[in-house]
Amino acid sequence: MIRLDNVTKTYRGAGASALYEVQLQIDRGEFVFLVGASGSGKSSLLKLMLREEKPDSGDLFVLGENLRTLPQRRVASYRRKLGVVFQDFRLLPNKTVFQNIAFALQVIGKSRAFIETSVPDVLRLVGLEGKFFDFPAALSGGEQQRVALARALVNRPELLLADEPTGNLDPDNSKEIMGLLSRINLSGTTIVMATHDRGIVDQMQRRVVEIQAGRIVRDAETASYREVPSGPVELSEDQP
Amino acid sequence: MNLSFVAREVWEGVRGNFSMVLSIVLVTFVSLSFVSVAALLQVQIGNLKSYWFDKAQIAIYLCNDFESELICPSGAITQTEQIAVAGQLKSSALVPYIDTYYFESQDEAYQRLLDGGGELTAAQYLNPDQLNATYWVSLADPEKAALVVEAFESQPGVAAVADQRSYFDPIIGLLNGATLAAGSIATVMLFSAALLTTTTIRLSAFSRRREIGIMRLVGASSASIQLPFILEGLIAALLGGGLAIGLNLFIVENYLTDSLATELAFANFVSATDVLAVAPYVLGLGAILAVLASGISTFRHLRT
Repeated sequence: MIRLDNVTKTYRGAGASALYEVQLQIDRGEFVFLVGASGSGKSSLLKLMLREEKPDSGDLFVLGENLRTLPQRRVASYRRKLGVVFQDFRLLPNKTVFQNIAFALQVIGKSRAFIETSVPDVLRLVGLEGKFFDFPAALSGGEQQRVALARALVNRPELLLADEPTGNLDPDNSKEIMGLLSRINLSGTTIVMATHDRGIVDQMQRRVVEIQAGRIVRDAETASYREVPSGPVELSEDQP
Repeated sequence: MNLSFVAREVWEGVRGNFSMVLSIVLVTFVSLSFVSVAALLQVQIGNLKSYWFDKAQIAIYLCNDFESELICPSGAITQTEQIAVAGQLKSSALVPYIDTYYFESQDEAYQRLLDGGGELTAAQYLNPDQLNATYWVSLADPEKAALVVEAFESQPGVAAVADQRSYFDPIIGLLNGATLAAGSIATVMLFSAALLTTTTIRLSAFSRRREIGIMRLVGASSASIQLPFILEGLIAALLGGGLAIGLNLFIVENYLTDSLATELAFANFVSATDVLAVAPYVLGLGAILAVLASGISTFRHLRT
């Protein structure tokens, strides 16, 4: 599903590489946490997978495409195969819950009939039956993130990328979102989630890939946020 | 891509950015008005030429006893000289350029003066001997007048050769000058219209950056992201062009066709038909410029 071969990425003007010779394989159906301090390279990795950035060297295969060589004109159709959620939800404030999700389908040319059946379906999946016509401002953070999640899932992606999806949520709402992500993962969607949230990672006991200064320093199945209790210096580094 | 969706996006863009879109409409309106005026001035020149150049003749004035010695050293034209001039008119070298010609004697010229000059002012003080006998030559191709003029200028017994077309030179010069002025203004205005379009599209894209960000994430094609913005610029330019043509029609109908043309019938003014004939080019120019400006702008600011 995802394979990185010696992927290196350096941003212009930055001294050190954001990612340095990263080697990683993620299989279909996995649930993977990307953990690491701010600036460690988690987001860079997600950006590469989204094809917002290109690797400087090395090959990056996602959903059967080599993203280093993928021509610009095929980027759009590539992105239709995956879903993304962010810490800041990225909903349109002037559109209702229903319209927010319909928008994502309209812009890729889906028919009205398709939109009218799939949007209610996905809203039920994330538990927002009664909120079709509410505007985002009227929703709680957890509900907003569920709308964002519904938007990411409405096109039935095989891969879901999540960049700190619980970063703006209180523990209860975070728990709800994680429960939802687990169910989505159980139905076969591969999930790659970057997070700082130690509690969530420890509780979920899934594969953990830890990045430090652009390098993968740990890759463990069913693991916790830290393998061994870490020193207070490192802990404080992790706080956003 | 879904057309009603694109239309809605364009509408949202225009509504959210109304004053800027209006400014594009107005600037293109003014600039395309000048373009259209420049084009119509050229049409007017064409009208004048095609109407009058066919009627304009070349006059070959023959020497009389009153011409100065510098022009006619041997006095009035002699029989032989006149035969030579007539022969020249029938010569195989000139026949292809000459449509018809006729001879007007001194008496006929005097008679024409009496008939034409209502108050006889000129004729009162003249007698036929002071006038020139003249060959009036109509040309097959008015553009070749110089050739015919040259052939007779140095002919003995010829006082002067006049090309009536030259009477139009000042008018045509004036119209050409006006074309140049209108064209220059149009160029500057079109340039500012293009810059304004670029800026407006940029603002419009900025005010909808959330939507654009989401469109990119969910895999909308570059075309479907950029098309609404290009259409926004195009529609504004076409509206401006429409107004420009409307203004031109109004001016031509009210100030030329209905008033000046009735008084100065000989001028053969441009008409509404000419405005409409020029219209597709004016609109086309506006459209091309708008699409280029907004296309470049969206390409620079809205890449996937």
